Amino acid sequence: MIIRLPLHNRVALLMALAAAAAAVALPFLGFAPNRLLSGRPVPLWTAVQGLGGAMVLITALALLATPFLRPTRFGLGLTVAAGGLFTAGLVWLTGAQAAVLAQGASAAARTSFASGFWVMAAAGLLTAVDAARRLGLGAVGRMAVGGAVAGLVALQLASGHLDSLSILKEYANRRDVFADAVLRHAMLVATALLPTLLVGVPLGIAAHRVQAVGRAVFPVLNVVQTVPSIALFGLLMAPLAALGTMLPGSGISGVGPLPAMIALTLYSLLPIVRNTAVGLDGVPAPVREAARGMGLTPRQIFLRVDLPLALPVFLSGLRITVVQAVGLAAVAALIGAGGLGAIMFQGLFANALDLVLLGAVPVILLAVAADALLSIGIAAATHSIGVLPGRSAP
Amino acid sequence: MTGAGMAPRELLTDRLMLGLVALVALVLGMPSLKPLFATLYPGLDRPLYEAESFIRLTLDHMALVGLSSLAAILLGGGAGIAVTRPWGREFRGLLETIATMGQTFPPVAVLALAVPVMGFGQEPALIALTLYALLPVVENTVAGLDGVPAPVLDSARGLGMGPAEVLFRVELPLAAPVILAGVRTAVIINVGTAAIASTVGAKTLGLPIIVGLNGSNQAYVIQGALIVAALAVVIDAGFDRLAGWLTQWSQR
Repeated sequence: MIIRLPLHNRVALLMALAAAAAAVALPFLGFAPNRLLSGRPVPLWTAVQGLGGAMVLITALALLATPFLRPTRFGLGLTVAAGGLFTAGLVWLTGAQAAVLAQGASAAARTSFASGFWVMAAAGLLTAVDAARRLGLGAVGRMAVGGAVAGLVALQLASGHLDSLSILKEYANRRDVFADAVLRHAMLVATALLPTLLVGVPLGIAAHRVQAVGRAVFPVLNVVQTVPSIALFGLLMAPLAALGTMLPGSGISGVGPLPAMIALTLYSLLPIVRNTAVGLDGVPAPVREAARGMGLTPRQIFLRVDLPLALPVFLSGLRITVVQAVGLAAVAALIGAGGLGAIMFQGLFANALDLVLLGAVPVILLAVAADALLSIGIAAATHSIGVLPGRSAP
Repeated sequence: MTGAGMAPRELLTDRLMLGLVALVALVLGMPSLKPLFATLYPGLDRPLYEAESFIRLTLDHMALVGLSSLAAILLGGGAGIAVTRPWGREFRGLLETIATMGQTFPPVAVLALAVPVMGFGQEPALIALTLYALLPVVENTVAGLDGVPAPVLDSARGLGMGPAEVLFRVELPLAAPVILAGVRTAVIINVGTAAIASTVGAKTLGLPIIVGLNGSNQAYVIQGALIVAALAVVIDAGFDRLAGWLTQWSQR
């Protein structure tokens, strides 16, 4: 007898098949006796154990069933939970298996994530986020789903369950350096943001009021944005080094945080200036006229009408700027600006792959976190002005 | 609009022509600038990067960017078309989630992560660049095809066009400017990321910069940086020209 199952969620089916294929065909973890030897693959089925193993098995079975669940709130809610818990369970398994492998191995032994882990974790997370979208959750709601999974992983991190993984061993070896790097990375972004806002916002207002300003400024900023970051850092080195030689004692130098800050500011200007101008351009003329008719002074109109209405577009410019700056600050490590990029490139130059992860993964997390926070800000700003006629949300 | 038909004054202000001349002059003429760099940096034993010719590096750089962009256009364009068809609509949300989330990942971090997964060399760089370039192409293909007005589609179908004909003769031509903008974003990001790919073992114009930074040879850094910057500006100006033509053509 052939039973035809009704297929309701082809995305979940694709993800379940991808995860199943990765579970069978790809290594889950890599285990190496020390940093120099290449690792041997550890398949998923040898790692399934304990409480986390039970959770992975249950959620994996649920994930195989979800494509056939009817798209009710219950069915989709179950899909969200199964996807999220599957990913969190996989992370738990990596920690547990790393601890098992560490027993009876030397202290130099390393257990790292392998391709199978990445594919399965991504499949679980994407199933959850897609089901959240089908549930009708907005961007903020979907972020909350991602945040809940991140929270489960953070709990495991905090409890020390993952300490046997090699990325955390690298972290334990350079705890102080890592904390400094995160702080320095954030400082680089923040210190570039300050001059960007001080120059960029007035410039954007000017470009909105006087067309000639826009015509003069935007082509220049566009060209700057085109020049690759590594080239701009390189081109700033020579003049700054020359300036440093001319003004001894000024502390100016071609390497370090100063050229990084200048380059980051130059890159950050375009989205800020452009979105300030576009945001103000988008304020409907009738709204301004109504404000004038109510007897508001030009200054009051600017502060109470223009600014709040232009805020969502401005904030999306700020979001582009911050996310971009987090990545550029990583490249700036090449000219000695420090930050997480320094850890990443140190790993690349020394062929220490876990060190690469320790640098690159937090860079991605910083960018995603900045993006999420500013997206929530944009949603709040858009919500607070309500919907105006003839004006679409950014 | 080509250089041959332009008045001399126009030629002087044409960004593409100027950039192209500067790029070719820099690539071919860098060796003859050796005395200049020797004077500027008297302390350097080797004032000119000579381990690899700049012509070779430029061609390799362009090949890496070209191949990854081509793969991204084929895969990303295909995916964008698929999710705007009735049979693929279900996957649209998933694809959009991946495209928006993926673009918040800094390209340099994606490039670095390719090494633990795939190792050092040209191929991991190619794959990382392709993956990253996919995202803007997908996003703009979907947006461009979405922007085709429904009445236009209806009248095309009314004329008896089949789905394939509607796609290739109506939808894609109308969406072309938006898709091109996505390709442009992808290519410009890739020119920069390809330079950084020298840190993961790809031979590109980033090599003199990285070698110069690691060995405190500022001349190497300047030589590599000037050519990469010129290449990016030329490619951007080229896309500008292409976008102009495309708009003219699609309004015809």
